[in-house]
Amino acid sequence: MNALTHSSKFATMLNVFGRVAALAVIFIGFGFIVPDFAFFTAGNVENILMQSAVYAMCALGATMVIITAGIDLSAGSMIALAMVITAMILNVDGSQGPMVETYPTLWPIVAIAGGMLAGTCVGLTNGLLITSLRLVPFIVTLGTLQAIRGLAKGVADNQEISPPTNWLYHQLMFPVQGRTFNWQIVPWGVWATLVAALFAAALMRYTRLGRWIYAVGSNADTARLCGVPVLRTKIMVYAMAGAFAGLAGVLEFSKLNLGQPTGAVMYELYVIAACVIGGTSLMGGVGSIFGSVIGALIIGTLNAGAQQAGWPKWVQEIVIGAIIILAIALDQLRHRRKA
Amino acid sequence: MIQPTYSNLLSMRDVSKRFGPTVALDGVDLTLKQGEILALIGENGAGKSTLMKVLSGAHPPDRGQMQLAGQPYMPRNPMDARQARVAMIYQELSIAPDLTVMENIMLGVEPMRTPACLGIIDWPKMRSVAKQALEQIGHPEIAPDACAGDLPIAQQQLVEIARSIALGCKVLVLDEPTSSLAKQDIDKLFAMLDQLRKQGLGMIYISHFLEEVRQISDRFTVLRDGASVGEGITAQSDNAQIIRMMVGRDVRDLYPRSTHIAGEALLELKAVAGNTKPKRASLTLHRGEVLGIAGLVGAGRTEMLRAIFGLDAIQSGQVRLATYSGHATPAKRWAQSAGMVSEDRKTEGLALGLSIADNTTLSDLKGLGPMGLVLPSRQQQATLPWIQKLKLKCESPAQAVEALSGGNQQKVAIARLLHHDVDLLLLDEPTRGVDIGSKAQIYQLIDELALGDGSRKPRAILLVSSYLPELLGVCDRIAVMSRGVLGEARDVSQWTEHELMMEATGQA
Repeated sequence: MNALTHSSKFATMLNVFGRVAALAVIFIGFGFIVPDFAFFTAGNVENILMQSAVYAMCALGATMVIITAGIDLSAGSMIALAMVITAMILNVDGSQGPMVETYPTLWPIVAIAGGMLAGTCVGLTNGLLITSLRLVPFIVTLGTLQAIRGLAKGVADNQEISPPTNWLYHQLMFPVQGRTFNWQIVPWGVWATLVAALFAAALMRYTRLGRWIYAVGSNADTARLCGVPVLRTKIMVYAMAGAFAGLAGVLEFSKLNLGQPTGAVMYELYVIAACVIGGTSLMGGVGSIFGSVIGALIIGTLNAGAQQAGWPKWVQEIVIGAIIILAIALDQLRHRRKA
Repeated sequence: MIQPTYSNLLSMRDVSKRFGPTVALDGVDLTLKQGEILALIGENGAGKSTLMKVLSGAHPPDRGQMQLAGQPYMPRNPMDARQARVAMIYQELSIAPDLTVMENIMLGVEPMRTPACLGIIDWPKMRSVAKQALEQIGHPEIAPDACAGDLPIAQQQLVEIARSIALGCKVLVLDEPTSSLAKQDIDKLFAMLDQLRKQGLGMIYISHFLEEVRQISDRFTVLRDGASVGEGITAQSDNAQIIRMMVGRDVRDLYPRSTHIAGEALLELKAVAGNTKPKRASLTLHRGEVLGIAGLVGAGRTEMLRAIFGLDAIQSGQVRLATYSGHATPAKRWAQSAGMVSEDRKTEGLALGLSIADNTTLSDLKGLGPMGLVLPSRQQQATLPWIQKLKLKCESPAQAVEALSGGNQQKVAIARLLHHDVDLLLLDEPTRGVDIGSKAQIYQLIDELALGDGSRKPRAILLVSSYLPELLGVCDRIAVMSRGVLGEARDVSQWTEHELMMEATGQA
């Protein structure tokens, strides 16, 4: 019996190792394509980590959704809405001038909470629509993909919102690697993503809700038979996906200190690709948080590499698309051979 | 139809197949003559499905020879097998539910108008070929234009057989074709197989049910642990002989029976009616009692269990479980110490992709870690005693359920009720598709649970089964459901198989 426990642990390790190896190959590959070895600099690695952090943060929730055999297409729009709401809260004027200047430490925290709450509300709406109207998640979130983008534009009055400068901009996603080494290594936003990932992974692995999420995705009828509150579990999952998308919106906002209602377009597709590259099955029941984080890093590296290789935009797009398909095909092939 | 005769239509010699370290087939010898039905018998995991996959070309064998109609037969893929006119009817039907009957019959071999390169379907020809195939199997009443998904399961199976006939198959392999059929449909199926036998077709009939084997087959071959261990002429062998070959030992006392002492009433149904079924069901089940529910497939037995467990709504009537009689949901029922084993373990009973430990503990994840957390290691620990108790063959509690054989999967579904330590067990066809060794263990367990011991009070068991010997073997009382109406429960000594059947078909 011990033999299998070990061999299945070994298989899991091999799974993780394979993905890390793929990430390394892509990174090193672009390192040689990009002129002057500029890809290997600390500043560039930091840049990739910052961009990947946005995808990864959002992918934490998306992984849970996909494990329940659902899908969330509204992630990009939720990120845009969260950016706008965060910016608007930072712009609020109090009696003694801008609130962010009266409470320089506290007020940005309120803004973070606001962005996260905005995402959570949208996610909750997704979950309620899916469960109460018994519609497939693809259709509901295809609808909210449009509707929330519209809402973000309407709330922002079709403008980019530029609040006064604040610590979100200086600390959360501001590069720390200049000429000299900095012990913070990466911006706080990247650390925050790592902490959120550990939280999400623990939730999936060590809590009842986590077991329920896997069970609902693996076989919803069995889950119901076993007394699992299937609908409530789904609502929770979409709400959490909204919360993580909201946090991803805060990160995206912090990069430029700008609330862009037209930002984060197509991010939902990067995020879904990150999950799938990370080994999450669109059929549900299978997947891991760490796989998705590695998937997000792969997507981030691909984007940065293709951009810096100096290829025209259309070549970048074709190359990234091809690599995503290749990565997933290789993974499937490996699984099939194992079976 | 005149066909040349060969001494053997199909023969296999020393066919072997291994998957990595596992030996699936280890020297199978088998012969099939024209115009005969050969029963292939064996416990789950004996290698029947692997043998079928070798025949169909899905898994080429590592060793051994096969001959078809005097020619070497070595299919490398299912297309080869099809061209050699060897057809398979799997347990899981492969019907395209949205296509019509004739489209299903002619799927992949659609007749074309000339010139064929234009790919225009010759509909009149398609219809006539399909009609002819349906006539040949003796079921001209199935309309070629009907939507296949609208047909009952039994007719969908006939459509699949008609597909093989339209292809002109010489060898037809059927894998437990009766597993989802009601009694009348089984009789119809057997009449049809008999007709095909007279037309000279050779058939391999895979089944667990010795009664069926006896009824339909001319000869039998027994598989055990991947090897053919015996064969014979059905009419000249008795069941005990065949069972001995299957399990490699005597299975005496298949139905252990202790004297159960009925305690207080745990479950009471008063004129319960569901949305369509059941129409009227009343019963009382006591602690320490095994109550059997007999009846035809579709009589409303499963619906009654689902209504009791809160999976389906109740229209009228009352269900009382111990002291509770309000609205029921599965979660509430578990909390009230009731558990259910679904008749359909693949689509409802088990989450196949998840581990044994996850499936066993899913309904009760409390106490598996500090602060309400659920630690996978504790889940596995909690599962181990049940694996041992039920003699569940697996590599570890972390193994995915889909890797287990049918009998062992069923043990996982039952282990869930033991883990939850329920007082009331609702078992819907708990031994369907389960090998005879596991069946004996399940009967033993039911007996033990109803008996109780010093540390645990007796439990109450409601057992729905279509297998009459099993009901008569393990139940204390039996009630029959006919067309949605549950009859009176009578002591098992007052029933015979014949009487149960008469009441089930509404002739009593």
